[in-house]
Amino acid sequence: MINLLINDQKVTVQDGTTVLAAAKKLKINIPTLCNHDDLCVAGNCRVCIVEQKGARTLIASCATPAAEGMEIHTNTLKVRNARKHIVELLLSEHRSDCTKCYKNQNCELQSLANDFAFGDHVFLDLVEDHKYNIDRSSPSFVKDDSKCIRCQRCVRTCSELQYISAIAVANKGAHQKISSFHDRPMSQVVCTNCGQCVNRCPTGALVEKTYIDQVWDAIYDPDKHVVVQTAPAVRVALGEDLGYDPGERVTGKMVNALRQLGFNSVLDTDFSADLTIMEEGTELLVRLKKALVDGDKSISLPMFTSCSPGWIKFIEHKYPEFLPNLSTCKSPQQMFGALAKTYYAKKRNIDPSKIVSVSIMPCTAKKFEADRPEMRSSGFKDVDFVLTTRELAVMIKQAGIDFRNIEEANYDSIMGDSTGAGVIFGATGGVMEAALRTAYEIVTGREVPFGNLNITPVRGMDGVKEATIKIEGCVDAWKFLEGAELKVAIAHGLVNANKIMKMTKEGKAPYHFVEIMACPGGCIGGGGQPIPTNMAIRQKRMKAIYSEDEHKELRKSHLNPDVIAIYKEFLDQPNSHKSHDLLHTHYVERDNY
Amino acid sequence: MENKGLNKVDLIFEKINNHEVLAKGFKMSKDEIIQEILDSGLKGRGGAGFPTGMKWKFTAAEKSPEKYIVCNADEGEPGTFKDREILDRVSNKVHGGMAIAGKAIGAKKGIVYLRGEYRYLLPKLMIELESFHKMIKEIGYDFDIEYRMGSGAYICGEESALFESIEGNRGEPRNKPPYPTVSGVFGKPTSINNVETLVTAMMIIQHGAKNFIQYGTKDSRGSKVFSISGDTPTPGIFELELGMTVLQFVNEFGDGDTKAVQVGGASGFCVPRKKFAETIIGFEGVPTGGSMKLFNSSRSMYNVLHNYLDFFTEESCGQCTPCRVGCQQLLKGVEKVKKGEAKSTYLNELMKLADTMKIAAKCGLGQSVGNAFKSIVGNFKEEIIY
Repeated sequence: MINLLINDQKVTVQDGTTVLAAAKKLKINIPTLCNHDDLCVAGNCRVCIVEQKGARTLIASCATPAAEGMEIHTNTLKVRNARKHIVELLLSEHRSDCTKCYKNQNCELQSLANDFAFGDHVFLDLVEDHKYNIDRSSPSFVKDDSKCIRCQRCVRTCSELQYISAIAVANKGAHQKISSFHDRPMSQVVCTNCGQCVNRCPTGALVEKTYIDQVWDAIYDPDKHVVVQTAPAVRVALGEDLGYDPGERVTGKMVNALRQLGFNSVLDTDFSADLTIMEEGTELLVRLKKALVDGDKSISLPMFTSCSPGWIKFIEHKYPEFLPNLSTCKSPQQMFGALAKTYYAKKRNIDPSKIVSVSIMPCTAKKFEADRPEMRSSGFKDVDFVLTTRELAVMIKQAGIDFRNIEEANYDSIMGDSTGAGVIFGATGGVMEAALRTAYEIVTGREVPFGNLNITPVRGMDGVKEATIKIEGCVDAWKFLEGAELKVAIAHGLVNANKIMKMTKEGKAPYHFVEIMACPGGCIGGGGQPIPTNMAIRQKRMKAIYSEDEHKELRKSHLNPDVIAIYKEFLDQPNSHKSHDLLHTHYVERDNY
Repeated sequence: MENKGLNKVDLIFEKINNHEVLAKGFKMSKDEIIQEILDSGLKGRGGAGFPTGMKWKFTAAEKSPEKYIVCNADEGEPGTFKDREILDRVSNKVHGGMAIAGKAIGAKKGIVYLRGEYRYLLPKLMIELESFHKMIKEIGYDFDIEYRMGSGAYICGEESALFESIEGNRGEPRNKPPYPTVSGVFGKPTSINNVETLVTAMMIIQHGAKNFIQYGTKDSRGSKVFSISGDTPTPGIFELELGMTVLQFVNEFGDGDTKAVQVGGASGFCVPRKKFAETIIGFEGVPTGGSMKLFNSSRSMYNVLHNYLDFFTEESCGQCTPCRVGCQQLLKGVEKVKKGEAKSTYLNELMKLADTMKIAAKCGLGQSVGNAFKSIVGNFKEEIIY
């Protein structure tokens, strides 16, 4: 243990604790900017400088470990003057068009400016001296270098959390910038559109590409029938942008708010998550049968989930040789989109060309996914617009809806029913758990042997999780699986996905089925979720997801009445010809740079 | 203040029997070597002047099966070209100094990080290195040296940025602590020393600390190689005993019209004529890694300052705010003042900014930009404004 003095108060901390964390223990806040709980220490913005007695220079509190006998002062004249200078320097290279900026009032630089640099600024505007580029090439996000303050959070995110490094630091001195391979547009590099950088950018340099106006236009158009689907993870995070603490479930209020916004039908991606389980579970069982019983060498195992479009693009870029291992199932968003303009249109007797299909996602990669050329199996663009959780919050504010005080409401029918299994898709391990709840029951006729259906080994925040389930007492049709041990693995965050892929490549992955989500924590930690997102917040959202599951009457996908109905009325059976036409897809190999 | 006057000496480039000196060094225990260097009062010759004996002592104290001795030959300070000469003429002493240092700290491996622009020296250095390795083997000592090339970035002369560069990463300074003695190149305890420091250490082993401290002053022991350039009839490399005043220096090397001397390069200090007599060249006055640039009255100190700021604006790694943006502000600020687009009092704001950079920048580069800025603006304000 280490004893030190901060602002003349004694504090004892563990070895390795930073001065910043030690100060926090004393309820002393030191402003930061480049620091982020999810990322390694950078110590480059210098906003968190403090004075250490006897030191020649000020020290960066985020990057300096507490040492025995240290005497720190966080608010001396020297510190204050330097900090004001630093914030003003940052502002001088930042295009401060705050009132037009999407991040207005949710910008860490802006709040530092409020606290430390109000009034006249000393320094000259440097923005005009640089040729800045605004990269709008990605359908998911916009990169505006004129707002970049070089904190490198995005760079660290892309390399440490996602193992991609689509963006990196280029050049030096005044020309230093965050750039891509050969300065190519973001749409032409290895970027997965996961939006984790967007979620961590403290300014408006990286923001999602918004489609709010297009969605309003559709809503106002009397000729259009606008359907909206909401992803599982949105309901446990939306509240954060509307005045709630993290971890609050706001499902009913969200549904009511969407109705008030003017959507013609408020439906649930959870429905198509349940549908995904039917399709993907069946696909897995068929693959297992072909591989284990028929000895078909062409069957690729392990099978990887395909719900996460960031993960899909990752494997397309980095491990294209394993594309046959991906489930051919579309993601729940795209299954929903394909059915909205076919099944739903038919049931409601609406011309599909008049349907505008909107989805609310915790994700920026979903914007890219909806734009993929494969995603037009209804004969139209299956999902027209994808909004992030944050964009929905903006719309709710724009519409003047008093979110805290509105009543709760229920989803509309036809593709609005869901089970707890669909809900937990939003957290890492959720797809696996939902799949096991159904597949185990199909094979054995009994529920999974876990208390209250909670398959705890696949839950939690460990980067890579593994579980083995022994299959016993099979029903006749699945007797060939008797005594088999189903080995599964779950990874979230692409750095962890890469670990699994490395093992797979080396032939050391003993799994049959692997769930991979691009974002840390799964969709609850998605790039489109409220900012900030960090471990503590992800854990609260995760808790909320499982609580949503516990509160559901139905908790197994195959019991979803809307799912049962759609197979009966429209799709026939899982993996049917029609299913393949509408609910399955294929993948493309992409360059690895 | 001790004043030794201007004395030319010839120790660094003196031809020695390398084999003999090394054999002597290897017979000493590591504590004996470190004590000898401590007794000599040797301070780093790269410019920062950290006591070499302390650096070796700290590194020696670290428990690690793998340690490194790194020779910083990324001589990039504007106006410094003495390491080039040393490597060209007495690289055997550099290699020998590394082996001695290796013995002291317990390192079996040495890396020379050679400035990109000095690549042309490499063929000759490789031949020298081969015979060095052969000689080491003959003595029966296990020590290996390899060369790594820089690529022209000034910042890679900063020790931790240099390590990053060796490791194949972008050359950006690291947060300190941990210091290199604890975690240096490849995360191993590392002593990183300037080319000349290693040669001087070799010399101390040869002659003994007792003889070494006959040269120089209490704060600046020994002699030093100076790179002399600018308005001088005799530019070049000169080895001088430490402890002379700038006036004595100018009397020897000036052209009779010297108005200022930039001591220590772009990151050093500008000494104006009125302070020549009172300023000692050394750690008690103005320290230098060797760069001495003389300016006569035909030179505009605005141009001199502009040149330095332009250099720093380009050569900052760009990582930390005070350096990346501060350099641009200083440069743009003096341009505005010169053009009359900003009031002359704006220089006071820039002086304050230079102070902030000195205490808030992440590494030595950003921290020392203020040296040149403050000493030039402080002493030649009228030349900046008018």
